[in-house]
Amino acid sequence: MSVLIDEKTPVIIQGYTGDKATFHAKEMIAYGTHLVGGVTPGKGGQQHLERPVFNTVKDAVRATGATASLVFVPPPFCADSVMEAADAGLRLVCVITDGIPAQDMMRVKRYLMRYPRERRTMVVGPNCAGIISAGKAMLGIMPGSIYRRGSVGIVSRSGTLGYEAAAQLAALGLGVTTSVGIGGDPINGSSFLDHLMLFEQDTETQVVIMIGEIGGPQEAEAAKWVKENMKKPVVGYVAGLTAPKGRRMGHAGAIISTTGDSSAEKTEIMKSYGLRVAPSASELGDAVAQELRSRGLN
Amino acid sequence: MDIHEYQAKELLSGFGVPVPAGAVAYTPDQAVFCATELGGWHWAVKAQVHSGARGKAGGIKLCKTYHEVHEAAAGLFGRRLVTTQTGPEGKIVERVYVEVAEPFERELYLSIVLDRKAERVRVIASASGGMDIEEVAAKSPEKIIQIIVEPAVGLQQFEARELAFGLGLTIKQVSRAATAIMGAYRAFRDLDATMVEINPLVVTKEDRVIALDAKVSFDDNGLFRHPNVSEMRDHAQEDAREAEASKFGLNYVGLEGDIGCIINGAGLAMATMDTIKYAGGEPANFLDVGGGASPERVAAAFRLVLSDANISAILVNIFAGINRCDWVAEGVVQAAKGLKVPLVVRLAGTNVEAGRKIIEQSGLPIIGADTLLEAAQKAVSASKKYRASKAA
Repeated sequence: MSVLIDEKTPVIIQGYTGDKATFHAKEMIAYGTHLVGGVTPGKGGQQHLERPVFNTVKDAVRATGATASLVFVPPPFCADSVMEAADAGLRLVCVITDGIPAQDMMRVKRYLMRYPRERRTMVVGPNCAGIISAGKAMLGIMPGSIYRRGSVGIVSRSGTLGYEAAAQLAALGLGVTTSVGIGGDPINGSSFLDHLMLFEQDTETQVVIMIGEIGGPQEAEAAKWVKENMKKPVVGYVAGLTAPKGRRMGHAGAIISTTGDSSAEKTEIMKSYGLRVAPSASELGDAVAQELRSRGLN
Repeated sequence: MDIHEYQAKELLSGFGVPVPAGAVAYTPDQAVFCATELGGWHWAVKAQVHSGARGKAGGIKLCKTYHEVHEAAAGLFGRRLVTTQTGPEGKIVERVYVEVAEPFERELYLSIVLDRKAERVRVIASASGGMDIEEVAAKSPEKIIQIIVEPAVGLQQFEARELAFGLGLTIKQVSRAATAIMGAYRAFRDLDATMVEINPLVVTKEDRVIALDAKVSFDDNGLFRHPNVSEMRDHAQEDAREAEASKFGLNYVGLEGDIGCIINGAGLAMATMDTIKYAGGEPANFLDVGGGASPERVAAAFRLVLSDANISAILVNIFAGINRCDWVAEGVVQAAKGLKVPLVVRLAGTNVEAGRKIIEQSGLPIIGADTLLEAAQKAVSASKKYRASKAA
């Protein structure tokens, strides 16, 4: 098993015909992703990478039965595209686009609430590296070759730090069920908690590593939920120990502005809820291996 | 992005928030001219720097004569104002705002912020204006009134009224305060702000409600919709290297240490800095070269890092997804020619073998590393050696 996507998930790309999307579409197809087409308004009826292009997401869904999309649409139009995908009934929308205004995301999240929980769209990102179910399907821009198939779930704000975790796991002979990048913006489509819930239900995932960074309340909320509700072990890490207060560190959301935002505070909170926390970013793999051993899982 | 108080007031005034009469000046003579034009008997001469807490730092002077206005302005221009929010280096005063000073009866607090926990807009008001709101929140949280705005419809009149009544205002004052609150909210919404803070919002003897100070910060991602706001950017208030970095699409934040960092991805950049510290060193900077690191961008990154005289080693850590290691390696080799400080390079991900080959065949004394920890340790020891050789 895996979460969110597998090799059977029919996927479309929004903003399909752009250079970046084309490059990554090829990589995704080569990885085994079931890419069934794409959407670029005005280019409906054309073929791109031997797959049909549609004007609207509804058209694409009707013709292909797509249930998931990957979004490369530029920031000014991106929120609109996500709402279009939600309205067309897609189950999963993964947004790579970096630079969406925070208030647009606020409106997107409010829009998603129009639909009852059972048909509500899961949005991953924006400003993320995407999702990969190792050996099955890739919905994103990560280097697919570094992910070994295995039993570790990864959920990370940062894309490259998620790669780092996967590479460290592979070096120890460990692999990944699914890796999810939730993105570095202040308002994400989905949170650490949303994905921990999915990993808890996944039969193949034995342990989850949650890789956070400075800023925002998500890591603490997720850690609390782990303590109260989760049976599977979760290993944590929070980047930004050396980040000064009040300075934005690259990601729009990575800024220490209130109490509880710093790496040290979040690390303490995670520990207080019983999570094993990797002492440094170079020990993400080791910490997972130790957790598996301590539970007799490996 | 931050703007000056006078710019914030100009914007807010356009949304119906009452502000005192004022004018901006670039010289002491201009300040006096502003005061004569504005009229009145008392004036506040206020240093325009991107920081709050200016009063306590001596950046706001109350003046009773034109001579005092001149003196006050002359004392402020060119000064580096150090407040609790600027850091020890302070911020330079190049503009002052001359405002008609009016007596007031009450000082209130009003702010509108993007609340990450609620993922909505939060309006915060307090009867204890003029003070640091975090202090009020800590000492007497009951004095703070808050409303979380429903994004589908925005802030409603009744909510603004509830806030105003909650502040203990009279009915006449309530309707005026509600106008100010609604105006501030509309400015926040329409201009893609992340914060509007009016502290204090004062009530005068004549029951007028006026924004005596104002601070507005904007969502950088929303600026493309607001060219009029983008134009308000004051580069003199920003760090020169950070401004230079943004020209190349790089993200740079200078720190105190001596190991320069060039990394792709904000999370990995922070994690690498943390690992340097873990290995016994101190990072000199945060630098995210982002996706698609072209040779030009890598070269610009090296220039930025080296503009810090403190540098004793450079660590390049690239985990390529969108990037390709061979492209990055070519950029690194070009930039590393003639480099005096030791350079540690760790490449991983897409096309890593080709990338490593380019580094090896360059004939340059580049120190390779396979893992994050190895890279950090090698950078720390190379930096120590370099410092020792310099000292000898």
